[in-house]
Amino acid sequence: MSLRLEARTDAPVTLKLLVSLGAGLAALLLVAIPVMFAGGSPFTAYGLIIQGAFGSMFALSETLNRATPLILTGLAAAVAFRARLWNIGAEGQLYIGALAAVLVGSGLLQMPSMLLIPTVMIAGFIAGGLMMVLPALLKQRFGADEVVITLLLNFVVLLFIQMLVEGPLKDPLSMGWPQSVPLLAEAKFDKLVPRLRMHWGLVVGVAAAILLWVLVRKTVLGFEIKAVGENRAAARFAGIAVDATMLKVALISGGLAGLAGVSEVAGVKGYLSADLSPGFGYSGIVVAMLAGLSPVGTVFAAIFVAAVFVGADSMSRATGISNYLADLVVALSLLCVLVGGFFLRFRIRYERTAAPVAGA
Amino acid sequence: MDVLLDIFGSANFWAAAIRIATPLIFGVLGALICERAGVLNLGIEGIFVAGAMAGWLAVYLGAGLWGGVLVALLTGAVFGLLHAVLTVILGLSQHVSGIGITLLATSLSYFTYRTALPTVTSPPRINPFQPINIPGLSDLPFVGPALFQQTPLTFLAVILVALVAFVLYRTPLGLAIRAVGDNPASVEAQGLSVRGLRIGAVVAGSALMALGGAFLTMSAFDAFFFGMVNGRGWICIALVVFASWQPGKALLGALLFGAFDAFQIRLQAEIGQVVPGQVFLMLPYLLSIVALVLVARRADYPRALLQPWFKGQRH
Repeated sequence: MSLRLEARTDAPVTLKLLVSLGAGLAALLLVAIPVMFAGGSPFTAYGLIIQGAFGSMFALSETLNRATPLILTGLAAAVAFRARLWNIGAEGQLYIGALAAVLVGSGLLQMPSMLLIPTVMIAGFIAGGLMMVLPALLKQRFGADEVVITLLLNFVVLLFIQMLVEGPLKDPLSMGWPQSVPLLAEAKFDKLVPRLRMHWGLVVGVAAAILLWVLVRKTVLGFEIKAVGENRAAARFAGIAVDATMLKVALISGGLAGLAGVSEVAGVKGYLSADLSPGFGYSGIVVAMLAGLSPVGTVFAAIFVAAVFVGADSMSRATGISNYLADLVVALSLLCVLVGGFFLRFRIRYERTAAPVAGA
Repeated sequence: MDVLLDIFGSANFWAAAIRIATPLIFGVLGALICERAGVLNLGIEGIFVAGAMAGWLAVYLGAGLWGGVLVALLTGAVFGLLHAVLTVILGLSQHVSGIGITLLATSLSYFTYRTALPTVTSPPRINPFQPINIPGLSDLPFVGPALFQQTPLTFLAVILVALVAFVLYRTPLGLAIRAVGDNPASVEAQGLSVRGLRIGAVVAGSALMALGGAFLTMSAFDAFFFGMVNGRGWICIALVVFASWQPGKALLGALLFGAFDAFQIRLQAEIGQVVPGQVFLMLPYLLSIVALVLVARRADYPRALLQPWFKGQRH
């Protein structure tokens, strides 16, 4: 008997779903080891995480609040990865989007909410998008690797933001804290439920997921993205304008990450500071992979990752186990889903045959 | 001009440049070995953190300094093995696996640190490596303090550059590693194991990366801090391209980088807050990007980089 790998041409949706769920479960099982190492009971810890993430209206609101930027950065990664454009720079694009929101929405334009909010969102989208178009152009013109460039740009952007909020953009009324002037009240997102932190950014995120689903499934651009992602040379041979498609993907990807920044500024903080994002850009990569790059799946994956973070914080307060456990779950989920991807790509066949043919 | 003369004329400056370059030398060498074999390892940033934490913790718990170095090496090797299993055996995306390793290694290190030392507020210190005196050389005027009053890990880094260059270009093993990153089919045709060579290279390279982290906690500083690696790993990934995958140029790149960093710190101290500090901190990243764009056209990428290989596959 021998094991043979056979490439799948297409994986059914149910299998994709099973692999994502299996990966999440496998990650939770693996995390039991460090929990026991830290002297806790995994079952108690998981119970507290779930309770902390979903156990009350307040907990649920916190989870959805945390999921909001992750939906947008997850979509940013998903659309780029579909075209095999490796955007690792969502973190920087998020900050640039937030910066644009503050520049436009803190007094430059005086308009009613109905106009100002869309204006701020468009500004953030374009700013974040251009932040990704630049590395995409560098890749096309000079062959410069977009992974390293987008990664390095994250550091440049964060330092640039620090410089601004400690200097020209610093709020004189912030009592010395390095934070920008606040957004106008007209530019801020309303809360979805009074006294709870979740806000309209969540609706923006879900709407973006649906729009992206329509885009990749129902439009010519969606077909082109798929073709370019699967085989660039074949796409070019088939007459698809590969470079133009990649630039559009870059604009959409960076734009979505920029929107995540707008959402955090307009929905949560109200101002820009260098600690706006605790790594939403990087977590977005995990979210997209967990979702199998599916736009609608991204919403659920973002809620899962957000629940792990919010739940682990509350678990940590109750048990004293370090809340870095949340990062561990997220990292292990990514690796497990990656292994799961192997099963999506290959079917394992058992064969009752003689030794494989030499040279096969 | 006097300011510049003061800076470049001081032995102290050159000593600092070499000190700052040391972790980068380990990191670039490690990344270079992985990539020469055809595997990009974006786990480097996390492996730096893991090496820094593991080496430091081992010494804090009573191991000797060289025991700590060994622990760091092994930690790096384990993460390298994980990356190799995912990318070489299963043939999964090297980009995503690398990011996953970075997230895992970083969070596991922070979690372990918090769990091992739940109550401390200020990081506990160890006795780090001290500069060694090489009789004769260390006492030379200017050159002595600049080049030879360094800790053992710095000398090890420079020796490793020569060793890696020797292995890569002068031994059958090096030839096989270079071939496996360029044309795996030819390696298989010779009856060598493509997978074995790649796994070996990723494990060895990742072990070296961890030494870069260990240098931070056991030689440059005497404690472990959250966020202390601060992008050094990513810089190494850029430096490998800059160095065109050659150990000698990697050493040069790391030293240039170290010199630049040491220079900006001193210049800032001299001319004060004329320019915001962040501008100087941004420059290394911007320079890396510019360097990447400039060399990208003529960059001689290992041709099989990022391409998984399955036995019996033909190109």
